[in-house]
Amino acid sequence: MLKYIIKRVIAAVLTIWVLITIVFFLVRLMPGTPFTSAKLTPEVAANMEAYYGFDKPLIVQYLVYMGNLLQGNFGYSMKFTNRTVNDIIGETFPFSADLGIRALVLAVSIGLVLGIISARNRGKKLDFFCVIIAVLGTSIPDFIMGAVLQYLFGIRWGLLPVAKYEGIEYTILPACALAFYTLASVSRIMRASMLEVTQQDYIKTARSKGVSDLRVTYKHQIRNAIMPVMTVLGPTVASVLTGTFVLESIFAIPGMGKYYVESVSNNDYSMVLGMTIFYGIFLVTCNLIVDILYGVADPRVRIGKR
Amino acid sequence: MSENDKILELKNVVYSFRTYGGEVKAVRDVSFEVRKGEILGIVGESGCGKSVTAQCIMRLNPEPPGFFEGGEIFFNGKDILKMNKKELRNIRGRDIGFVFQDPMTSLNPTMRIGKQIEEVFLGRTDISKSEVKEKALEIMKLVGISDVEKRYRQYPHELSGGMKQRVMIAIALVSRPSLVICDEPTTSLDVTIEAQILDLLLELREKLGTSIIMITHDLGVIARMCDRVIVMYGGKVVEKGTVSEIFYNTAHPYTKGLMQSIAKLDTQKGEKLKPIEGTPPDLFFPPKGCPFAARCEYAMDVCKDNPPLEYQVCKEHVTSCWLQHEYAPDTDIKKQGAVAIEKGEVK
Amino acid sequence: MAELKKESFVIRGKDAVRMESISRPSLSFWSDAWRRLRKNKSAFIGLCIVVLYALLAIFAPMFSQYTQSQMDVDARHAMFSAEHWLGCDSTGRDMWVRIWMGARVSLSIGLISAVLNMCVGAVVGGLCGFYGGKLDMIVMRLVDVLYGIPSLIITILVMMVLGKGITPLIVAMCVVGWIGTCRFVRGEVYRLKEQDFVLAAKVLGIPDIKIILRHIIPNILGLLVTNLCMAIPGAIFQEAFLSYIGLGIVPPDCSWGVICKEGIQFLRYYPHEILVPAFFVCTTMLALNLLGNGLRDAVDPKLRGTE
Repeated sequence: MLKYIIKRVIAAVLTIWVLITIVFFLVRLMPGTPFTSAKLTPEVAANMEAYYGFDKPLIVQYLVYMGNLLQGNFGYSMKFTNRTVNDIIGETFPFSADLGIRALVLAVSIGLVLGIISARNRGKKLDFFCVIIAVLGTSIPDFIMGAVLQYLFGIRWGLLPVAKYEGIEYTILPACALAFYTLASVSRIMRASMLEVTQQDYIKTARSKGVSDLRVTYKHQIRNAIMPVMTVLGPTVASVLTGTFVLESIFAIPGMGKYYVESVSNNDYSMVLGMTIFYGIFLVTCNLIVDILYGVADPRVRIGKR
Repeated sequence: MSENDKILELKNVVYSFRTYGGEVKAVRDVSFEVRKGEILGIVGESGCGKSVTAQCIMRLNPEPPGFFEGGEIFFNGKDILKMNKKELRNIRGRDIGFVFQDPMTSLNPTMRIGKQIEEVFLGRTDISKSEVKEKALEIMKLVGISDVEKRYRQYPHELSGGMKQRVMIAIALVSRPSLVICDEPTTSLDVTIEAQILDLLLELREKLGTSIIMITHDLGVIARMCDRVIVMYGGKVVEKGTVSEIFYNTAHPYTKGLMQSIAKLDTQKGEKLKPIEGTPPDLFFPPKGCPFAARCEYAMDVCKDNPPLEYQVCKEHVTSCWLQHEYAPDTDIKKQGAVAIEKGEVK
Repeated sequence: MAELKKESFVIRGKDAVRMESISRPSLSFWSDAWRRLRKNKSAFIGLCIVVLYALLAIFAPMFSQYTQSQMDVDARHAMFSAEHWLGCDSTGRDMWVRIWMGARVSLSIGLISAVLNMCVGAVVGGLCGFYGGKLDMIVMRLVDVLYGIPSLIITILVMMVLGKGITPLIVAMCVVGWIGTCRFVRGEVYRLKEQDFVLAAKVLGIPDIKIILRHIIPNILGLLVTNLCMAIPGAIFQEAFLSYIGLGIVPPDCSWGVICKEGIQFLRYYPHEILVPAFFVCTTMLALNLLGNGLRDAVDPKLRGTE
């Protein structure tokens, strides 16, 4: 198990390093600088570039940046003067994390339950209903879901606040919109996985032991069926994160996604660089945690035989 | 043979599967009984319905698509087909144990060995937790698992194939059932392990007095283990009787074919084994007459369209073959004194 | 039963025709898959919707009196009417035409990027899987690392480097998009390569290229087609997302993502401007998902001959 964890951690660190390098050079490749706007004279722009170190050779900039990163410094924003990327992340990330966690919990718990119900009632009306939800969920992009929910519940019926993020009732709409796609894909995978497990020989063994149907489901099927769902949890976190990009702007939530999209359209390169790397590290870490959890859940991995 | 001797009796069981391509008639009118303490062999080639028959007894076939079209299965005098879920659960594991074909896939990979054995006692109030564990450890020792305390806490993938099959047998036997059904328990094991497992089963029968249904396609296993044999073909029982009757007084061409297709110690050098040519019938569209007619050396016109009657060759030997009919020509299959059994009459 | 004639008791022996007879008709893989796809109602409906939309995208703008950028100031935010079937947007452009012009862009981006991803992934994965060795090891290490990096981030950055537009969008989506297919194809090829029928072909001295063409490709083609079908909605989704955050297609070009983005600003007063494109995006995704599911079931060898 320890060997497995160490291997995973090394792979994750390597991935993060490659990620940072790629992102750094891609950002430096981008056309123009934030100082090319009309108001600045060329001299001022040159001074600014020198101040931010853009006149040095690329490799030096890279090493300096890496050094800063190791100290936990993600760099400056060039549009919001006097603010570091760290400040902005610290200020906005809690909103995104709050929204993301709510959505994730909602999606995974309901998704699993729907998948299980669906598989247990295979071919019946309940199954049909769950499958419809799953197919719809994977067919509706989250910004459309967000807009539709906002229109219906916020504007048309006035049941829930339309925008901002100031209390529990504000979180409901964006969290649901964000959760829907993930919920659908989790329930889909869980259903397929449950049905796969149902055909396994050990389920027959359990039934031959006189174990009740209910116990066969929760003791034998779910534990084994949940493995494939765990493998998609990493990508799921990524898709929830992507969802926050647009949903935060639709619902005017002062989260990190909103800032990210703004910096992308403002060409605020150092902000994009810092935030991208932060996102990257965050997602790779999530994947790592999922991998380790997978190891804990599956004894075959835990013992070290694969 | 008195009535009380029968612990299990199948009467005219018909079992089919509804599939997309139509109805598969997997078991067609099968009747036999299992007596106290005996080992009954069921032999036949792949797809002849032997596994489905065995799983019918505990109703383990997935339903749907599987369903009973008719028949009765009496276990200790009670009809299993009329039982509700709870009664059925009480029989499974407690009164009838089942050993599956492939030990590699028949154990839950995410559950410890000990827990899997103990599950048999689940929901039983008459026995305490510590007693359950004691029983599990005891049965593990009995089936020849060493270092039981350690094995108890291990997961299936840490065990070898033979060891897993021992665990399967332990699961089947832990609550001392009166009947154990072994569905090709040694097919996926090495020959040396196979011998050990078969010896173990024989030994356990001696110790515990359990009746065993032994499903196999290997006549060697039958000869070694069984008291009586049922030969199945195309979802039907074609011949049944004691081992010596079946082996030395064969009264069905299919059984004869089976015998000729295996190597014996007295097989002469240069003498060729004789396979049964052709393939078993497609059970989507089972033939009207004798299922074996198309591949039978002795096939007659009558066989194609008329399902053969059952003939009593002697007290413990019944065969379904037109060659026993009084009009049939004399062959090595035809037995003197074979009497047709009228339908419905108890033999 | 009693009426048995004595003449019928004459030994005839084996019946060479019947003993090997297989009473079910034999079907080739693709005709079986096609038959099952047609039987699958939802998949067939999906197929019909996709074909219908594709035809409309090609022909609808041709037969309309409007063009996608022609503004009708009097008809700003117009609701559905005989002149403007699906109403107009904030600058009075006809929605019906814009939807189908957008469909041209969205559908073709979805198709092209999915096909490109599949081709690159299949070739790289196939070569790695079939030949193995050092090449395989190096490529797979690289792929493993790239797979760990969230693809969207790379796509966004590449878009920022390349600028906006249709071609940069396709390129950006293909930079990392092929990795999933590559992993999957490599795994499949690796598995097939170890199977006995390939070994048999090798023993017979059949050249590699023929083994690949005759034994490997036919065996993964079904899965690849399914994968492709599932990848198209993903690509359309990604295009819509990128356009939505202002990185993909920019006006005057239009795509479904652009139309949604424009429409959402007027959600409060003119909801049809978002709901109409949303309807088409969702039904397309739905249709492709249903078709993909149907295809997956149709080509799954484990499901052959069953439900």
